[in-house]
Amino acid sequence: MELYLKYKFLTMDTLLSLQNLKKYYATQKAVDDISFDIKQGSIFGLLGPNGAGKTTLLRMITGIFYPDSGAILLDGAPFNPMVDIEKIGYMPEERGMYKKMKIGEQALYLAQLKGMSKADATEKIKYWFKKFEMESWWNKKVEDLSKGMSQKLQFVITVLHEPKLIILDEPFSGLDPLNANLIKDEIYALAKKGSTIIFSTHRMEQVEEICDHIVLVNLGKKILDGTVADIKQQFKENLFSIETEAGVSLSDSSAFSIVRTEAGKTFVKINEGFRSNDLLQQLITQNTQVIGFNEVLPSLNDIFIKLVEGTHAGARAFQNI
Amino acid sequence: MNKTWLIIQREYSSRVKNKRFLILTFLTPILIVGLIAATTYFSITGVEHRNIAVIDPNDFIKNSLKNTNQINFSFPNNVDSNNYQQKGFTDILIIPKFDKNTKTDYILRSKKSMGLMLQESISTKINSAIEDQMLQEAGIQQNILDSIHKASQFSELKAYEDKGSSSKESNAGLAMGIGYASGLLIYMTMFIYGAMVMRGVMEEKTNRIAEVIISSVKPFELMMGKIIGIGAVGLTQFLLWIILIISLTSAAAGFLPSDIQQQVTTLQQSNGQVAGGMMQASESAVKIYNIQHTMATANWPLIIGCFIFYFIGGYLFYAALFAAVGSTVNEDPQDAQSLMFPITMPLIFSYVITTMVTQNPNTPIAFWASMIPFSSPMVMMARVAYGVPSAVSYWELALSMLCLVGGFIFTTWLSGRIYRTGILLYGKKVTWKIMFKWAFKKA
Repeated sequence: MELYLKYKFLTMDTLLSLQNLKKYYATQKAVDDISFDIKQGSIFGLLGPNGAGKTTLLRMITGIFYPDSGAILLDGAPFNPMVDIEKIGYMPEERGMYKKMKIGEQALYLAQLKGMSKADATEKIKYWFKKFEMESWWNKKVEDLSKGMSQKLQFVITVLHEPKLIILDEPFSGLDPLNANLIKDEIYALAKKGSTIIFSTHRMEQVEEICDHIVLVNLGKKILDGTVADIKQQFKENLFSIETEAGVSLSDSSAFSIVRTEAGKTFVKINEGFRSNDLLQQLITQNTQVIGFNEVLPSLNDIFIKLVEGTHAGARAFQNI
Repeated sequence: MNKTWLIIQREYSSRVKNKRFLILTFLTPILIVGLIAATTYFSITGVEHRNIAVIDPNDFIKNSLKNTNQINFSFPNNVDSNNYQQKGFTDILIIPKFDKNTKTDYILRSKKSMGLMLQESISTKINSAIEDQMLQEAGIQQNILDSIHKASQFSELKAYEDKGSSSKESNAGLAMGIGYASGLLIYMTMFIYGAMVMRGVMEEKTNRIAEVIISSVKPFELMMGKIIGIGAVGLTQFLLWIILIISLTSAAAGFLPSDIQQQVTTLQQSNGQVAGGMMQASESAVKIYNIQHTMATANWPLIIGCFIFYFIGGYLFYAALFAAVGSTVNEDPQDAQSLMFPITMPLIFSYVITTMVTQNPNTPIAFWASMIPFSSPMVMMARVAYGVPSAVSYWELALSMLCLVGGFIFTTWLSGRIYRTGILLYGKKVTWKIMFKWAFKKA
């Protein structure tokens, strides 16, 4: 117990906790003092530009790299790659298969490497292959599959051993919308069953749609941490869209300014010290016929660009050894 | 360990089930035996015929120059070095008048230059004719001379090693042959299986499966699984080759005429003594018996034991290095070439030393090369063939083995450190300097 005392208090439903993780390479700080918690059963987004340190972070969580300092707690206990590796399913961004090996054998082999028994693995593979309509693939070779097909196979292999923690790095790249939806539904289903999912991507619209909680890293540091809704609130610019029939003209320019107008909608920024009701009041006073009145929250994409722009993080990728 | 075993199984079965492996395994011995059979066949039948005109003012040489199936000697008149070709001869041999007090050369002129063996045999014949002539002139009778010749044909040098009370027949030619063959075999297999390990690692890296697997097993387990799996493929191949070669040779022996087989058996029973009616045993039976007898002088259990040890040890030593190189290569296989150079150089160098050591197993360079793990698998095999403890003492063998074990543990450790960084690194050109840095940086 003594050992655990030095770690910060964990709430019951925290599955994974990263505490002051550091990983330095010769010339750079790939991960520089990053801490965050991931809740059991949540879908968590790990975001960041190229070279931000995401891959290094994921490789530490999967036990591929050891952190230089800091702690990783899984289920409240220090992460031990020798044992805990079987609780994790990792689909790396750089993923592939043995081209000449039969698909069934390959899935079986990779499942056994995760510690499953042969019989158990066979049963699970059959279940997933049936679910994804891949039954006829068993004796095919990977080289005969299209990119999207092998992506589906990758996903099956990642979740086959029913890991507590599923890490998906760019899981939708190369998938058509149909298959992307199939995988997305599976992600929801797995989270509902209690699996925790870490989802790493550049595609902000997917994050917005899928993730409960996100962390944004840049240049090895955490720069944003929170639920998607909270972050949007945090970065909102008091922008409102007003839908009218005849357009909007505002008299009090110290309180409101029109940002732009498009297709019957006028975007109005409310300056500090004023509230949306002030705007509404003015519109009513002016007898403007309001059809719609909405607050416009920034997209994650906008927030991402705003925070990361100008840091030239991309230049760090490939230099970090 | 359980996972390493899974990896070994995959590496092994995916290669052994491969058609290329089966074809190579079964075709190679057939090719080797066929090649030996073909060369033997052509050396008997496919020789060039020489029609030699001999100008000999001495009478006594004529009797010694007997016709063979290769050479036809004629003693025509009116033939000289200007016109022998027009008269249908391939060569002309001009022997001067013999004078026992002065050295004179005999001359051979040819349409096409004559092979060394043939020249040698002609000159031996002439010299022995001159020797006989001189002996006869000194008063030794023809029948005595004949018996001397006969006796010398059936005698040969038999070398024995004396170690304490035991004495054992030794055969330097055989030792050289075994030493060379096993050294060459180890040299080739280091290249073949080392390259196989390298390609396997490169495949995993370029296929992008490396990271998927490394999230389940440690990089070291993956590397060792591959090295051991492919090593087992190599051992399987050796085993199949030995079985095939033994069965092919015994099958070939079955084609011998039954009387020769009978004679060989008789010779074996009489321990090689051709007693009484000695000329009953034909020349071929004696040859076959001699081969069998010579082969039996080697200490086969020791040689095979050492071969297996040095094959495995040398393989582990070099395969680890090849794996390290494979892990650093990106998409471009050309990179592998330059990175392989520091591994192939010591291999080639060791092979050169081996060829020297097969002739002289006890020079200082032979000693040191058989201790250093880079060259010991090849060089020590060449020395061991000369016998333990007669050529190589027990402590030398033990020390060499110890060094090799230490060597492969070191290269495996070193390569493991290079491998775990290299296998996950894409898009960066790696040099030996960088690999060195990976190997010795802190964990």
